[in-house]
Amino acid sequence: MNQILHKSADTVLPWLTFLTMAAAIYAVFVYVPTDSAQGIVQRIFYFHVPLAIMTFSAFGVVAVASVLFLWKGSRFWDRLAASAAEVGMVFCTLVLVTGPIWARPIWGTWWTWDARLTTTLILWLIYAAYLMLRTMSAGGDQGARYAAVLGIVGAIDIPIINRSVYWWRTIHPAVLVNREGGTGLSDPSMRLTFRLCMLAFGLLFLWLLWVRNESGRLHDEVEDLRHRVLHT
Amino acid sequence: MFALIRKDLQIEFRTKETLASLLMLGLLTLVVLSFAFDPTSDLRAEAAPGALWVAVIFAGVLGLNRSFLAERDNDCLQGLLLCPVDRGTVYLAKTAGNFIFMMAAQLIIVPIFVFFFNVPATPALAGVFLALALGILGFSAVGTLFAAISVRTRAREVMLPLLLLPLVVPVFIAGVKITARVLAGKPLGEVVEWLNLIGGFDFIFLVVGWLVFEYAVEE
Repeated sequence: MNQILHKSADTVLPWLTFLTMAAAIYAVFVYVPTDSAQGIVQRIFYFHVPLAIMTFSAFGVVAVASVLFLWKGSRFWDRLAASAAEVGMVFCTLVLVTGPIWARPIWGTWWTWDARLTTTLILWLIYAAYLMLRTMSAGGDQGARYAAVLGIVGAIDIPIINRSVYWWRTIHPAVLVNREGGTGLSDPSMRLTFRLCMLAFGLLFLWLLWVRNESGRLHDEVEDLRHRVLHT
Repeated sequence: MFALIRKDLQIEFRTKETLASLLMLGLLTLVVLSFAFDPTSDLRAEAAPGALWVAVIFAGVLGLNRSFLAERDNDCLQGLLLCPVDRGTVYLAKTAGNFIFMMAAQLIIVPIFVFFFNVPATPALAGVFLALALGILGFSAVGTLFAAISVRTRAREVMLPLLLLPLVVPVFIAGVKITARVLAGKPLGEVVEWLNLIGGFDFIFLVVGWLVFEYAVEE
């Protein structure tokens, strides 16, 4: 069972991701009609939103894996948390890059301290610190435990941060009206494209997570062997 | 637990190192921030609550760093962990100690703030102290946990603010909001949701810290 899973993740997953992503790119750039209100720039939405959803899923994985690591103490959960944090960081960065590209022509500004934007930014900062903590702390179980503590605290903090930045901006007069998506996805072809992109980025996330996790496992294995060779 | 708190306080009374450095850093931050805003402009009054909280946070990070460096330097952390008490109790004692230091520093930093930023010294300042007490409690709850962690990483002085500052964003926002309202002469009833927010933050992270502290100090 494990063997089959391994094999299929190694061979099927990359191809599946590649084909879905190719179809998604085709759909976004050729198939889907241009939004009547926002124009061509609306197309970035099909990348931006799936990336954002995958970012939050990735950090959800970090939190759950951190709890399980502290509870069970198995290296597997620690590797999973580390991999998910790295992939999530890449996705989060892309969210923060694609967002302003869309916001500039639509809102007329690169950045606004809207609750959603601010929360994403703070999330990025927390997990940047998480990855730094991983490199800065001594290896082995100690570093893994520290990272897990931050993974848990960060995940608990995110809803509170979201609440606070939400009040912060809504009690203040809003500079801009922030309605994500504008006209919404009125056309069925738009909804189809969006679902395709969700699938493509979901697969990309799984595949990257898998690759990163495997490399972590091999790294641990090598360390283990080295340790055994040196001490026998 | 009270013995542990007393130990920290006693060390402090004899050396006065932490409190003195907390005060100096808080004072310097206020002075430097004074230069950032034109003394005659209205902007200054608007920026005052923010300046106070920046001073609190900077001084706080310094104090938290010190609280575990001292333990580490003489291997006291080992002794502390050998105490026949629960790790959670050690955490609560350390948090309480940090809270007391930071609040003590506020007794001097707030008057200096009133003095430099030309804030009317009214009974409303009690509201500011309430916000500070709640905010500093949450700040030390999260800070004590991560100070214990960062002290054993490389680049430890830098690591703590990197970990801590994004996590205490809610405390900072709520603190600045409450302070601004109170200084504008509004009653405390208007900021009750912010007070609830900090209160909730304090409670959640005291519990979380109490639960996970043992993973942060275990060898």
